[in-house]
Amino acid sequence: MITKVIFSGFGGQGVLMMGTSLAHSAMNQGFHVTYLPAYGAEMRGGTANCTVAVADEEIASPVASEPDYLIVMNSPSLFSFQTKVSARGTIFLNSSIISERPSRRDVAVYAVPCGEIAQDLGNTRVANVIMMGAFIKKSGIVKADTYLKSLETIMGSRKKGVAEINRKAFAAGFDFIKD
Amino acid sequence: MVKIVSQRPKSLKDKIFHYCPGCGHSIVHRIMCEVIDEMDIRGITIGVPPAGCAVLAYNYFDVDMIEAPHGRGPAMASGIKRALPDRIVFSYQGDGDLAAIGIAESFHAANRGENITVIFINNAVYGMTGGQMAPTTMLNQRTTTSPDGRKQSLDGYPVKVSEIFSQLPGTTYIERCMVNSPAGVNKTKKAIRKAFQCQRDGLGFSLVEILSPCPTNWKMNTIDSCKWIDDVMSNVFPPGVFKDDIKARATEAAV
Amino acid sequence: MNKFLMSGNFIIGEAAIRAGCRFYAGYPITPQNELTEYMAEHMRRAEGGVFLQSESEVAAINMIAGASAAGARVMTSSSSPGISLKQEGISSMAACELPGVIVNIMRGGPGLGNIRPSQGDYFQATRGGGHGDYRTMVFAPATCQELADLTMDAFDYADKYRTPVMILADGMMGQMMEPVIFKKPKPRQYPEKFMLRGAGDGKSKFIRGLLLDPIDSEEHNWKLARKYEVIVENETRHEEHLCDDADLAIVAYGTAARIAKGAIKRLQDSGMKVGLFRPITLWPFPEMKLRALSEKVKRFLVFEMSTGQMLDDVRLALQGYAQIDFHGRPGGAVPTPAELANVVARVYSKKAQTVY
Ligand SMILES: Cc1ncc(C[n+]2csc(CCOP(=O)(O)OP(=O)(O)O)c2C)c(N)n1
Ligand code: SF4
Repeated sequence: MITKVIFSGFGGQGVLMMGTSLAHSAMNQGFHVTYLPAYGAEMRGGTANCTVAVADEEIASPVASEPDYLIVMNSPSLFSFQTKVSARGTIFLNSSIISERPSRRDVAVYAVPCGEIAQDLGNTRVANVIMMGAFIKKSGIVKADTYLKSLETIMGSRKKGVAEINRKAFAAGFDFIKD
Repeated sequence: MVKIVSQRPKSLKDKIFHYCPGCGHSIVHRIMCEVIDEMDIRGITIGVPPAGCAVLAYNYFDVDMIEAPHGRGPAMASGIKRALPDRIVFSYQGDGDLAAIGIAESFHAANRGENITVIFINNAVYGMTGGQMAPTTMLNQRTTTSPDGRKQSLDGYPVKVSEIFSQLPGTTYIERCMVNSPAGVNKTKKAIRKAFQCQRDGLGFSLVEILSPCPTNWKMNTIDSCKWIDDVMSNVFPPGVFKDDIKARATEAAV
Repeated sequence: MNKFLMSGNFIIGEAAIRAGCRFYAGYPITPQNELTEYMAEHMRRAEGGVFLQSESEVAAINMIAGASAAGARVMTSSSSPGISLKQEGISSMAACELPGVIVNIMRGGPGLGNIRPSQGDYFQATRGGGHGDYRTMVFAPATCQELADLTMDAFDYADKYRTPVMILADGMMGQMMEPVIFKKPKPRQYPEKFMLRGAGDGKSKFIRGLLLDPIDSEEHNWKLARKYEVIVENETRHEEHLCDDADLAIVAYGTAARIAKGAIKRLQDSGMKVGLFRPITLWPFPEMKLRALSEKVKRFLVFEMSTGQMLDDVRLALQGYAQIDFHGRPGGAVPTPAELANVVARVYSKKAQTVY
C-alpha cells in the first residue's frame, strides 16, 4: 500500500511544514516515506508545494503524478493540482480563503474553514495544523498521537505554549471531521 | 494637453519583472533603458546579463543580449566589442558574478581598458542562490554561509570594487551610486549615462557600482532595506566618483 | 539506531562529517546550496573542521587538493556548471594521486541549463571529465540511505586508491527527504608518507603531475592505468531487481532507477515480466555483471534523464548479444513511472528485432 499526498498553498502558509510533519510521523510509525519539496522558480514569492509518499514497502518515485490526497490552502493551488488527483481521491481545501469548489465529480471534497477555526482559537498562524487534524482524522495515515509527538519534535520546544496551541489546533481540525 | 511625466521606456519590454518587490534590479533596468532611449542607442547596444537574479534580463531589455557563464561577462563583452567596435557593449553583473568567480575577467577587462561599460549591482549577498555570503558581504553580516556573521579571520574583508578598480590605469570612469531613494536613483541614472557616453566617445572602461536592495535575502522589508543601505552599507561602500579621466582621455584622443 | 529524516543535501554533509571529513570548500550553486550551507553551519563546529566558501569552483577544487596533500579528509560539492569548472583540478588530483570526494548534484544542461534534476553529466563523470588519461570512481546513489552510505564509503575508496571519487546525484536526490540511518564510519587508514607535512629534519618530498620526460610520463600513465584496472576488477557495484525471470530488463541509475521501479510495479500488475539492472558504480561500470545477465535476459531498455550516455556503456557491455532500446528525457524533464511503463510496454510487446 502506498499513499501519496500533495500539500500546496502560498509561501508562508506553512505548507512545507505540513509535509515534513506528516513525513516525520509516518517515519516514526515505521513506514517508508519520501518528502519532496517543489523547487525552482516557483519558490520566489509565489506558491509552495510538496509531495509526501507513505508506504509499507520501498517507495519508487517520490513524485505524485496521481496523488491520493490533495490538500490546498489557496485557490491557485486548487486549480493547479485538482486535475492530478486520482479517481476516488480526496481533496481537502481551506474554505476560509477558497471560495471555489473543485470541478471534479469523482473525488471526495472536504472544505475546512481553517481560517475561522484558527481565529476562534485566537491564533491565525495555526490554520495549517488545523488542516492536518482534519486530514489525519479522515485519512488515518498516522495515529493522532504519533503525529502530535512528531510535530512537537520538529517544532522544537523553543517556546512554551506553542505545543499547547498546536495540540488545540490539531484537535479542532480533527473534531471538525465527523465520521 | 496632457503631459506624460512617466512612461515605459521604449527599450524596456512590456513584461512584468520577476524580481522580488523592492529589488534594486528592477529600478536599475528601468533607468538603464531610459538612458538607452535618451541616447538613442537601442539599435547599437549589445548587453551581457550575468548568472544571478538578472539572468533573465533579456526578457526586459529590448536590445540584443547574450548570456554569459557565471562571471565571464566582461570577457564576452570584450569579445563582442573587439569584433564590433562601434557598438555600445555592457555587461551587467552581481557582486558574486563580478567580484568572486569573475574577478579575473573583470579585472583584466578593466586593466586592458576595454571600451565597455560594466553595470555592477552590489547587494552584499548572492541573491539568486538564496542569500549566501558574497565578496561584498560586510563584516558580521549574517548570511546562509556565514551563519555567525562574516568574520574577517575566516572569510576576509568586503571587496571594494570601485576603489580597487580605480587604481588600474586602464580604467576611465568609475562611480558608486545607490538606488535607495529618488535622489539616489537620479544620480545613478546620470552615472550610467556618463558611462555609456564615455564608451560612445571611445574613451575606455567605465564601471558604475550600484548599492542595491535585496529585501528577500536581507530578510527586511523594502523601507528597512533602503534605510540599511544608508545606515550600514554606504559606510563600508561610500558613494562617489572614484575615477573620472574622461576629460584627460578626450584631450589625449584629440592630440 | 537513530533514524533521521533529512534531505539528500544535508545527508551528504552529515555523512561526510561523520566519516571524518574535516575540510570542505564550495561555491553556491542550485540545487546543491543546502549542502554548502550545511557545511557552513556544521563544519566549523566539528573539531578541527574547516569550511571555506571559495571565490569559485576552480578555487574550491584546488583548496581541497591542497588540504588533501596536507593530509586532511576533504570534500567539495557543486552542480553541473560548477563541476565543469572543477575538471582541471580533478585531472590534477588524479595525476598527483590525491584523495578527495567531489559531489555533483546534477541539473539540466548544457550551459546554464536549468535547476531541475538531470543526468546529463554521465560522460563527464565517467570518462574522466578533464584532460588526460585518467578515471574517477563514480557512485550513483538512488536512495537517501545510499547517499549516506556511499558518501562515507567514497572517502575510504579515495584513500585506498589515492584518487578523486565522485558522488553523482541529481537535484531530486538533493532535495528529497527520506529516513536515514548513519552507519559507524571506519577509522581512516591513510599513511602519513603520502602527506606533505614539512620535511622537518628528514628528506623533503614533492607531489607533481608534470613529467617532462615522455618515458617517465608514460610510466606514470601506465601506473595509473594499472590502478584503474584493479578498481575495475574489484569495485563494481550494482543492484538487480526482479531480473531472475524477466523478459526485459531496464538499465537505469539514480533517480531514473527509482522511476523505473515504479514503472516495473505497474507492468507487473499487467502481467509483464520486467526487471531492473541498476549500476551503483558508474565507473567502474558493472560491465561483466550486465553481460552475465544477458545470458538470461535478451532485451534491455536503457532509461536515462539524458539523450543517452550510459547507453554507450550498455552497448559496450552487451556487445550485440542482446537487443537494446532507449528512452530518455533530457534537460531537466522528469518522466513519471506511468510514462516509462507505457514505453516499456510498447517495447515489450514488440517482436525482437534489430540488435545493435
Ligand atoms: C559556474 C557556476 N557556479 C555557480 C553558479 C550558480 N550561481 C548562479 S547566480 C550566482 C550568484 C548570484 O549572486 P550575485 O552575482 O551576487 O547576483 P544577484 O543574484 O545577487 O543579483 C551563482 C553562484 C552558476 N550558475 N555557475
Ligand atoms: S533575491 Fe534579492 S536580488 Fe534577487 S530578485 Fe529578490 S530582491 Fe532582487
